[in-house]
Amino acid sequence: MTDEPTSSAFPHRHLLGIEGLSPDDITALLDRSERYIEHNRQADKKRSSLRGRTIINLFFESSTRTRTSFELAGKRLGGDVINMSAQWSSIKKGETLIDTAMTLNAMHPDVLIVRHPESGAVQLLSEKVDCAVINAGDGMHEHPTQALLDALTIRLRKGRLQGLTVAICGDVAHSRVARSNIQLLNTMGARVRVVAPRTLLPAETERLGVEVFHDMALGLKDVDIVMMLRLQLERMQGSFVPSLREYFHFFGLDYQKLEAAKPDALIMHPGPMNRGVEIDTEVADDIDRSVIRQQVEMGVAVRMACLEALSQAPRNVAPAT
Amino acid sequence: MTTRTLFTQARLLDPATRLDRKGDILVIDGCIAQIGDRLARDGAEIVDCGGHCLAPGIVDMRVQLREPGDEHQETMATAGAAAAAGGVTTMVALPNTDPVIDEFALVEFVARRSRDVGLTRIRTYAAATKGLRGKELTEMGLLARAGALGFTDGIAAIADAVVMRRALSYATTFDLLVMQHPEEPRLAEGGTMTEGEIATRLGLPGINPAAEIIMIERDLRLVEITGGRYHAAHVSTAGAVDAIRRAKARGLSVTCDTAPPYFALNETAVGEYRTFAKVSPPLRSEEDRRAVVEGLRDGTIDAIASDHAPQDQESKRLPFASAASGMVGLETLLPLALELHHNGHVPLLQVLAALSQRPAEILRLPAGKLGEGMPADFVIFDLELPWRIAVDAFHSKCRNSPFDGRPTQGRVLRTVIAGRTIYRDDAKAS
Repeated sequence: MTDEPTSSAFPHRHLLGIEGLSPDDITALLDRSERYIEHNRQADKKRSSLRGRTIINLFFESSTRTRTSFELAGKRLGGDVINMSAQWSSIKKGETLIDTAMTLNAMHPDVLIVRHPESGAVQLLSEKVDCAVINAGDGMHEHPTQALLDALTIRLRKGRLQGLTVAICGDVAHSRVARSNIQLLNTMGARVRVVAPRTLLPAETERLGVEVFHDMALGLKDVDIVMMLRLQLERMQGSFVPSLREYFHFFGLDYQKLEAAKPDALIMHPGPMNRGVEIDTEVADDIDRSVIRQQVEMGVAVRMACLEALSQAPRNVAPAT
Repeated sequence: MTTRTLFTQARLLDPATRLDRKGDILVIDGCIAQIGDRLARDGAEIVDCGGHCLAPGIVDMRVQLREPGDEHQETMATAGAAAAAGGVTTMVALPNTDPVIDEFALVEFVARRSRDVGLTRIRTYAAATKGLRGKELTEMGLLARAGALGFTDGIAAIADAVVMRRALSYATTFDLLVMQHPEEPRLAEGGTMTEGEIATRLGLPGINPAAEIIMIERDLRLVEITGGRYHAAHVSTAGAVDAIRRAKARGLSVTCDTAPPYFALNETAVGEYRTFAKVSPPLRSEEDRRAVVEGLRDGTIDAIASDHAPQDQESKRLPFASAASGMVGLETLLPLALELHHNGHVPLLQVLAALSQRPAEILRLPAGKLGEGMPADFVIFDLELPWRIAVDAFHSKCRNSPFDGRPTQGRVLRTVIAGRTIYRDDAKAS
């Protein structure tokens, strides 16, 4: 493996979402990611393609796996990675998002990786800085690297995305993972279903190009991929769904519900899992069907590819979105 | 061993098929096996209906049974006896008991008690919100599986618009019915009877009819955005009937019922502070009463329920404002509903549809029709017999009826469940 650019240049300045990416953009990123999978399994993981580059992880919302994954990705490519979290003093002191962006911009970073609890905040920030920005999750809007790592996992196991049927199950309404995945899978020619109680589906979900189901047995019928979403605890107690018990009974993935899917269907979950709420613990740990740990592994490869692609991107092209 | 019962010499009335003719019904093992003329007796037990009416048993879609929790007022056994005497073959209880029916074990409790009592079939709604507190949704999916027929907060409105939206929305997940007590609680707060001249003269705090209309109009908007299945209970005002009429014309999945006090009485029945005439919603103006009759006539109002609400003397022998609301209704439901027919306001088959066919359809129960294969739940009644309502003859534990002494026409002779007679009028037995 060389340090030379291995794919055609990524034609966007930022990675703010899957929306706006072409099938070729996505395929190029996945191809690039795939090359890092083996690399990451070696003892010597260090490369130098981002040597001298400064990457700032700017997280306004707590995260372990995404932040660590980006940090590892940056370091393995030889970049200098700095982590800043919501506890960062000036944010705590009431500095506005734009002021924070301007302050960081003055330090000339090359890539800003941003997570924020409000939809659209990452885009707003991207408009104020000179460097590349990667959206690591903004509110209920997008989480593009999650969708890419999911796609990479699927492609690795199934050899393709086109023509597969994917069921995304659970709290679609509050999920940026669902929105990014719906975008990506539709762009790549997969058929997407969502399965959830009506209260966990946003208005006019059908208009996103998905088939809507309220019954797991129907929604999982003959699917290739079952993608479970996390149900946040505060949404379980009577407001959106009446109880954990009822949610698991009707929407938790267990072997009985899984029977409707194809025998070789894969089980995915973006993590962190609520065992016994959206997913039965045995199913989650099924080594033949659950690819949940593989998703985490793919995460680092995908983020390396994204960092590299954006570092090599021409600076004078229009923003992606 | 099969049991065969042949009901002969009946005037068969089936609103679902518009059937109204003389004939026989053969019942085998609790289900209707054959409907026809002069059916072969074949060793069947014979019930001679003597030319009287035989119709699908009444499906009373709203009663309060007071069990569990207030057995001094009513039990499933006494309510079962009252229902049987009233020609009711299925009744559906509100969840406002103590404890509240918001757990599936309690739904199963009602089913078990119904079997133990062995009279009128007793089903139940479950609470729409935990503890009827109007905040958190109940486990509608599991409760429905246990047998709950719909979701309601009983005699309290689901007042919070967000909670109502979520209840309707969540219910669509499983295609379940949400039933509202349509009264805006802040507007009704402290009120004891309908706002207007009589309340003013009596010095009683009033409830404006708008409290009902506003809640229904709000809910209809929520039905429109959620696609939920919605039922408005005891509709009592012209404005509400009108709103529902328009909603049905727009194709919304909306149904409603009313109860005898809202078409057989008006606010003048309160007289000099008669607490038996205190009901919720309150008795309305004559104009509203006429609108309810018109709603029944044109089918806007789908069903007639008894709204049976037993209250003991201690709850009613109080100053009007302090007295409890409600009246017993199981044993007067049929004759009061038949007044609509005798007065020429609503055709007989349509009255019967509102008592059996429509509520069974709304609740998706296998009842309310005289079809072959259907459970043999019948009411056999004398359509013409004049008599006077007497609360002393009631089987219910409570006597709180404003209709005591009212001359009426039409009387239950026999009530049959699954081919088995559970009530026979001794005075007029066929």
